[in-house]
Amino acid sequence: MSSAPLLSVDGLHVHYDRSHVLQGVDLEVPEGTVVALVGRNGAGKTTTLKAIMGIVRGSAGTVRFAGRAIAAERTDRIARLGIGYVPETRAIFPSLSVEEHLTLAARAGGWTLERVYDRFPRLAERRRAGGATLSGGEQQMLTIARAMTTGPRLLLLDEPTEGLAPLVVEEIAGMLRALKAEGMTLLLVEQNLAFALGFADMVVLLGRGQVRWTGAPAAFHAAPETRAWLAV
Amino acid sequence: MVIQLLNGMQLAMLLFLLSVGLSVVFGLMRFVNLAHGTLFMLGAFVGLSTVEATGSFWWALVAGTLASAIVGGLLYLGLLRRLQAESPLKQVLVTFGLIFIGLEAARIIWGDYAERLPGPALLAGSTALFGVVYPTYRLFVIGLGLAVAAMLYFGLERTRVGAIIRAGVDDRTMTAALGIDIGRVFFVVFVLGCALAGLAGVVAGPVLSVYAGMDMGVLVLSLVVVVIGGPGSLKGAFVGAILVGMVETFGQVWLPEVAGMLLYGLMAAVLALRPQGLLPAGPRP
Ligand SMILES: Nc1ncnc2c1ncn2[C@@H]1O[C@H](COP(=O)(O)OP(=O)(O)OP(=O)(O)O)[C@@H](O)[C@H]1O
Ligand SMILES: [Mg+2]
Repeated sequence: MSSAPLLSVDGLHVHYDRSHVLQGVDLEVPEGTVVALVGRNGAGKTTTLKAIMGIVRGSAGTVRFAGRAIAAERTDRIARLGIGYVPETRAIFPSLSVEEHLTLAARAGGWTLERVYDRFPRLAERRRAGGATLSGGEQQMLTIARAMTTGPRLLLLDEPTEGLAPLVVEEIAGMLRALKAEGMTLLLVEQNLAFALGFADMVVLLGRGQVRWTGAPAAFHAAPETRAWLAV
Repeated sequence: MVIQLLNGMQLAMLLFLLSVGLSVVFGLMRFVNLAHGTLFMLGAFVGLSTVEATGSFWWALVAGTLASAIVGGLLYLGLLRRLQAESPLKQVLVTFGLIFIGLEAARIIWGDYAERLPGPALLAGSTALFGVVYPTYRLFVIGLGLAVAAMLYFGLERTRVGAIIRAGVDDRTMTAALGIDIGRVFFVVFVLGCALAGLAGVVAGPVLSVYAGMDMGVLVLSLVVVVIGGPGSLKGAFVGAILVGMVETFGQVWLPEVAGMLLYGLMAAVLALRPQGLLPAGPRP
């Protein structure tokens, strides 16, 4: 490995009031790869993504993206450097139409409206509909498409298939595979292990705020840490 | 009856101009600026001085609007910006303090007496409308309010900048996570709100007369408008302003003994039934 990874997190600590939620997280996402971040409920997966986006502040540690230290940057600057964010809550804007979601933050190099509608005909049909009226699956497509209109180099996805019907999960999974095939770099938080292990190049296992195991998906089930930190 | 309706409408449009900035700023940043009324008074005084210097109401309109926009912008950059992360109590205390500073400053600069701002000659006299004869200037106030409301509606609902503002009201964090500098958006909205307060001040000058402290009464009314209409919502500010304008006007005529209380009764009723206000910002159909 000669070139530095696109994203690297070193010794990241995050506190919420008095609880010490991340206790020195290290992880790397090389350009063009998919890294799956897995772990039990409450392990700190969402917090890790929020800290990368600058939505929560770490008390120690560094985050480097494309060679720049970004841990102290404002969220909007981090996003403009080329990180797209698909939050766990989806964060659809209720007072915006589907099309407004897709033009709001569009930047050169990002997905155009035609490209989004090509890939998600459902969104094209509902282009005038309000964000709050969409189904769960449509909302998830819209959040991913919205992030892609900003032209990110790295996409952070927080449980994109959570709570969706199997057919919709397949649709989202298909589009993530297509993104990967195009060379997009992804950091994917996922509880659906079958999907995560089949899709990712590397797996990072988080347990109580620390990375407990990192390795290739094929080795995941055999690793002793998996049983200790994932089995319920 | 028609006259009272027009009077109510005229007051409503003044309140709308004053409240809309307050409302959208609050919706966007959860920021309470009690000094908003002070910028209304500033607009009126600068307008008065401009009329005295140039003889032109129209120059007064421009100067009063600009003065409030500039002073509002400087206040924001110098002081209010730092208050954003603070508790609402601190925001209320600091901006409440600004009211008194503004009051004293107005007394020192412009003196402590009331003066009527002369309206434009063009709009002097009366016009026959709906079977009544009504002061032309007051019709102008109604028309101006409606025009500004239509422009703001277009800007907010049909442009990309408007979509960014609505997104910010819905979810600031997500808006920032899309690479949008929400602080800059807020500054623009804040300054625009201040400009409209200044415009309202000049426009009110010929109707309410200009004096140090003229901001107090309207500030309270505009806060009621924001609460009734639903913070952050343009339509809410519009409907809230009409309700408050009508209740104020008809209350004075029909129930003068309890007119003062009527408004608070209305506010209490709205809050009891719809705590978010009548038309809160939010889901579109
Ligand atoms: N805003 C907050 N204030 C206080 N504690 C929080 C906050 N957000 C999360 N936590 C706590 O921090 C810990 C990590 O939460 P986080 O959301 O990062 O976990 P997660 O791995 O994403 O879990 P899940 O799989 O349920 O989404 C949890 O114990 C959670 O209760
Ligand atoms: Mg989570």
